This record gives sequence, C-alpha cells and structure tokens, in this order.
Amino acid sequence: MSNSCADNPGPGPDVVRVGTSYDREYIDQIEGRLLEAVERAGYEKASRFAIKLAFEEAVINAFTHGHAGLGEDLEIRIEYRVTPQEVYIAVEDQGPGFAPGGIPDPTLDENLAKPTGRGLMLMKAYMTEVTHNTAGNRVEMRYVRPGG
Amino acid sequence: MAESRLRISNVDAVTHVEFVDRNILDEANIQAIADEITRVVEQASEPKLLLNFANVDHLSSAALGALITINSKVKERSGALRLANIDPQIYEVFLITRLNKLFEIHETAEEALESFA
Repeated sequence: MSNSCADNPGPGPDVVRVGTSYDREYIDQIEGRLLEAVERAGYEKASRFAIKLAFEEAVINAFTHGHAGLGEDLEIRIEYRVTPQEVYIAVEDQGPGFAPGGIPDPTLDENLAKPTGRGLMLMKAYMTEVTHNTAGNRVEMRYVRPGG
Repeated sequence: MAESRLRISNVDAVTHVEFVDRNILDEANIQAIADEITRVVEQASEPKLLLNFANVDHLSSAALGALITINSKVKERSGALRLANIDPQIYEVFLITRLNKLFEIHETAEEALESFA
C-alpha cells in the first residue's frame, strides 16, 4: 500500500481541532475538509460514506442530546486525524454526558417503529471502534482502512 | 417559508415525491421535508405515497426517524407508503437498522407505482 506523505498537498492539515456552535455552514466546511483529507489519503467511496455518516451522527448527537436544553450557542469540540491507515474522529460536548449502555436496541421488533435511537448504533456499525469517556460527553471513533 | 426541498407530482392516485437534496442530514432540512410531506399526507383520506430517493446520496438517523413518523401518519389514515430508488449504500443503512422490515421498498419508482394497484 502506498504511504506517501506527498499525497497531502497544500495547507489543508489532516489533523484538526476546532470548536463550533450549531452553525450548519461551518459544520459542513469541517466535514468537507475531513472528507477531502480522507479522499486524499486514498480511501474508497464506501469508506467515505461510512466516515461521513458517523461524523454526522456524532455531531448531531452532541447538539441534540449532549446539549439538549442548553442552547445552540454552546460549542462542541471536533477533532480528527487522517492517515492512510486510519481515520480518528472525536466529538466532545459540554453537556452532562449519558450512559451509552442505556439506549434500547432499535433493531428489536418492538422498537422498529420508534423514530429515535439509531445514531449510536449506526456509528458502531460503520466505524471500527466507538468509545465514550467515563462522563459520556466525548465519543471517539476509529475507522481502520479495510484490508490495511 | 424556504423553497420546497421536494418535487411532488401525482401519478394516478399516487403522490410521487422526489427529494431535491443529495444530503438529508441536518435537522432544519429534515424538519422542512417532514412538514411538507405531512401536509400531503393529511390532505388525503387514504394517502398513497411514493418517496423516490433517486437523488439522495446520504441520510442520517434523524431522516430515518422522520420517515418512520411519516409512515405512522400514513397508516393512521389507512394509506400506503412505498420507498424506491434507494442507493445501495443507503439501502445498507435500512438493512443494518432493520427498517427494511418496516418499510415496503422497491428498486424502481415504476415497480413501486405498480404495487399500489
């Protein structure tokens, strides 16, 4: 597998740490830069789909659940690091945290018609590893390049 | 109100809804789409609704939630909902969440339209 750092042209860093309130345009910019870095690092379309989906779910969870009732101005922290071997994404909110084990399995027959509770399971389905800190307000995700 | 995110046409007694956006991800967008489809559903006594995903590349769990809510509203009114033209990567999301069991999904809009008969 090619592992050349020369594939990282221009000023676009592939290690990023930013804070953002719920500003959709800015979040789209961050996501766009992440996906450009992922493409530059040679990941296929299916990988980019998985990473985009997990990024979206993590960010939306941070605002809608992590910051529920705390206002849209409160910032979350987004970090990512892209290498040809793996993509690391962390999203941290300033809320009180949650217990990931307390979410009912949305794939059970009795939960299929419930409109919520699928974000975390999708993150777990598409990423290689998803972990939370003890407080439950920071999620870290790793996507290991298939076959890498 | 912002411009419509949907192209809506009527084919026989079926309301055919096509999404304009490639990404159905953010809350405001999803809410606008859900509100617009809900208005369509509530106008009919037995709504027959076809949602065509031909243009859609990405959707989030919040969008799935909106589809589930729409499905419930259609059923409350003794109607029928079909989904069609779902990109294979998005269809995988339906498989992972088992929502392929909740929704009737067809490969093409034509096939979905025939299924209403």
